[in-house]
Amino acid sequence: MIVDNFINLYHGFYIAGDPFNILLMVIGILLGVIIGVLPGLGGANGVAILLPLTFSMSPTSAIILLTCIYWGALFGGAITSVLFNIPGEPWSVATTFDGHPMARSGRAGEALTAAFTSSFVGAFFAIVMITLIAPLVAQFALQFGPAEKFAVYFLAFASFVGMSKEPPAKTIVSMMIGFALAAVGLDMVTGQLRLTFGVTELLNGFDFLIAVIGLFGIGEILLTMEEGLEFRGKAAKIDPKIVWKTWKTLPKYWATSLRSCIIGCWMGITPAGATPASFMAYGIAKRVSKNGKNFGNGEIEGVVAPETAAHAAGTAAMLPMLALGVPGSPTAAVLLGGLLIWGLQPGPMLFVEQAEFVWGLIASMYLGNIVGLILVLTTVPLFASILRIPFSIIAPVILVICAIGAYTVNNNVFDVLMMMVFGVLGYLLKKTNYPLAPLVLAIVLGDSAEEAFRQSLLGSGGSLAVFWSNPLVSTIMGLGLIAGLWPLIAMAFAKLRGNTTQPA
Amino acid sequence: MKHLHALGLGAVTALGMTALSMLPAAAAWEPTKPVEFIVPAGTGGGADQMARTLQGIIAKHDLMSTQLVVINKSGGAGGEGFLDVKSNKGNPHKIVISLSNLFTTPLATGIPFNWKDLTPVAMLALDEFVLWVNAEAPYKTAKEYEDAIKAAPDNTFKMGGTGSKQEDQIITVAIQKALGKKLTYIPYKGGGEVAVQLVGGHINSSVNNPIEAVSQWRGDKVRPLCVFDSKTLPYTDKIQGDLSWSSVPTCKSEGLDVEYLMLRGVFMPPGVTDEQVAYFVDLFKRVRETPEWKQLMKDGAFNQTFMAGDEFKAWLDQAETTHKGLMQEAGFIAGN
Repeated sequence: MIVDNFINLYHGFYIAGDPFNILLMVIGILLGVIIGVLPGLGGANGVAILLPLTFSMSPTSAIILLTCIYWGALFGGAITSVLFNIPGEPWSVATTFDGHPMARSGRAGEALTAAFTSSFVGAFFAIVMITLIAPLVAQFALQFGPAEKFAVYFLAFASFVGMSKEPPAKTIVSMMIGFALAAVGLDMVTGQLRLTFGVTELLNGFDFLIAVIGLFGIGEILLTMEEGLEFRGKAAKIDPKIVWKTWKTLPKYWATSLRSCIIGCWMGITPAGATPASFMAYGIAKRVSKNGKNFGNGEIEGVVAPETAAHAAGTAAMLPMLALGVPGSPTAAVLLGGLLIWGLQPGPMLFVEQAEFVWGLIASMYLGNIVGLILVLTTVPLFASILRIPFSIIAPVILVICAIGAYTVNNNVFDVLMMMVFGVLGYLLKKTNYPLAPLVLAIVLGDSAEEAFRQSLLGSGGSLAVFWSNPLVSTIMGLGLIAGLWPLIAMAFAKLRGNTTQPA
Repeated sequence: MKHLHALGLGAVTALGMTALSMLPAAAAWEPTKPVEFIVPAGTGGGADQMARTLQGIIAKHDLMSTQLVVINKSGGAGGEGFLDVKSNKGNPHKIVISLSNLFTTPLATGIPFNWKDLTPVAMLALDEFVLWVNAEAPYKTAKEYEDAIKAAPDNTFKMGGTGSKQEDQIITVAIQKALGKKLTYIPYKGGGEVAVQLVGGHINSSVNNPIEAVSQWRGDKVRPLCVFDSKTLPYTDKIQGDLSWSSVPTCKSEGLDVEYLMLRGVFMPPGVTDEQVAYFVDLFKRVRETPEWKQLMKDGAFNQTFMAGDEFKAWLDQAETTHKGLMQEAGFIAGN
């Protein structure tokens, strides 16, 4: 069966390697990078806007163009995270934790190279997995009902607990604010509005992107202003050899990469998506790494882990879309709509009936990511040099870009206001040493976690035993409990041994 | 802006005059700037797919002089989108596609709008609902499944559906009433997810629209038991083995007297002129003639009823009463 896959793939390369398709790849990646750089626009919106343009193309060319926009957005999301602490995409939030401190200490080029290279590694791993074991993986995804999904979310939260330098109480407060914000809007299970107080603008709840642009982007600008309009990144030297130099240091982190690849593939398939994957990979890397204590101060491993996982997840998310017709990410949802319009029925029969399309797409994933890596790496010195522009000039530009980004999410002026409010909130939280990451994680996953939890309980008639009802869900819940209680367990061990070493 | 708009209108009147002499059925109005097509649901769902297909067809066949731009406003079970259209009084450059949430959202959430606040343009089609079980389930007919439900205690069987207090749950409540047994209803975000949960065996049945589950059926992962319409579907293309949509019996003939069809219609803001409405009615009539639209109808096994004008309004009035009754019975009305 695997041999068949290779024959199909060989044929797929023949289709994807068509000069017109290669041209589409380059165009798609470039558009995607731009979309990824602009906060708010997002891969899903970008693909949705361009979808109608593809109706006159062959389905294979169309999906090559659209998926390459997606790859480009995945690459591009890292750029503003590193340079300005503004995540262009939700999955780049975790990249800011170490990427931005690196940029501030003059290592922007290094951080960008690490981010792009890790992205490529993650994506490549996921594509190889799709090539080899697509049908098996599709079967695995079917195992995931509400209880299993909740277990995954639980694990994501748990692996995050205790990772911040701040006291646990502050982490929990921050996370709870996030949960409260996530609860605003329509409650999916009862169909009732919650916490909207009759305000029409709140019907949609708080969009994650608005919160992130405000908390990180605007908050960061406010902090920098307070520090006297000094942008320390300006020390960055433009060194064309920076890519090569960084590459030499990366193989050291193979274990982190591999772990993040696996986390990413798993989260992409289940389907939880790239955002929780990046958070989980970061949290676990911080826990496991020798340099764990230095995470958050500009550790290159803290860039490698989330970027690898995000790309592996983003790529792996294509598989359930094709094989089951269930999208693993918002962008995949839009692509799914496209497939139907092109007259392709995603689902179990797609691999059999439309083998040419499927393998053309998989081959284009290989080529598209290679094209993408080359394109973005050549831009590293260019982007790193942006930091040499004085802050007093760049800050208003960033503000405008943030405002446009916030507006684009829902075409709503109210969101721009909300972004400002979140900016002030972000500034205040930072000043009082409340960590922002748990808040953001709770806004992203709070809703889905709650939904999965309540769906599970509906199904079980209210019994919590559903979370221990089969080996799969029990294992994930068990891992979650261990991860969540690890600080306590570690403390107990330390006491027993009479020393104070951190868990390795 | 206002000034420009007035100028534009003048130009259009002139244009319209010429158009009138060329096209017998054409209206004396044409859009002068891109038309916003509001989707009161998220990306990737049934309404979104239909809106984006329409956008593609209109662009490909050059049916409109300006662009059609699809915008998703899904907040508050679609309330956000409908409120946006309601508040844009007299704006002819905005249209909205409807799902059943046109009726269910104001009733379930109390968000203040009603179809009468909007200007009805046309019914594009009606979406069918089918009762599905996992292909490995022992129930070969709807009758066998009904008997199994009746024989078991309340809440033994799990029904998955899209959203809460919307069409899927309304049908579920109607089934409960018909069978005299309670089902556990589990809401999910989208129809595709429901279909996959059914394949994975996490729920016992679903009432997915044909297009949401057809690929799983072709892969022989799920089995359609009956369709919630008064007559069987007309589509005879083979889908799974020798079976086609036309071989799925009606639920009524299987002893389950429940009928439900979902509106896929287009509305405009209040206060638009008759010419403006006529322009869009004519536009969608032409869309219906394209091969792409016919293919979509076939793929999704849609009920191809088309209505406009008073006939459509009368249908809406009737449908609203039906929904009110169903939701009242189920206890889904806000404030209850």
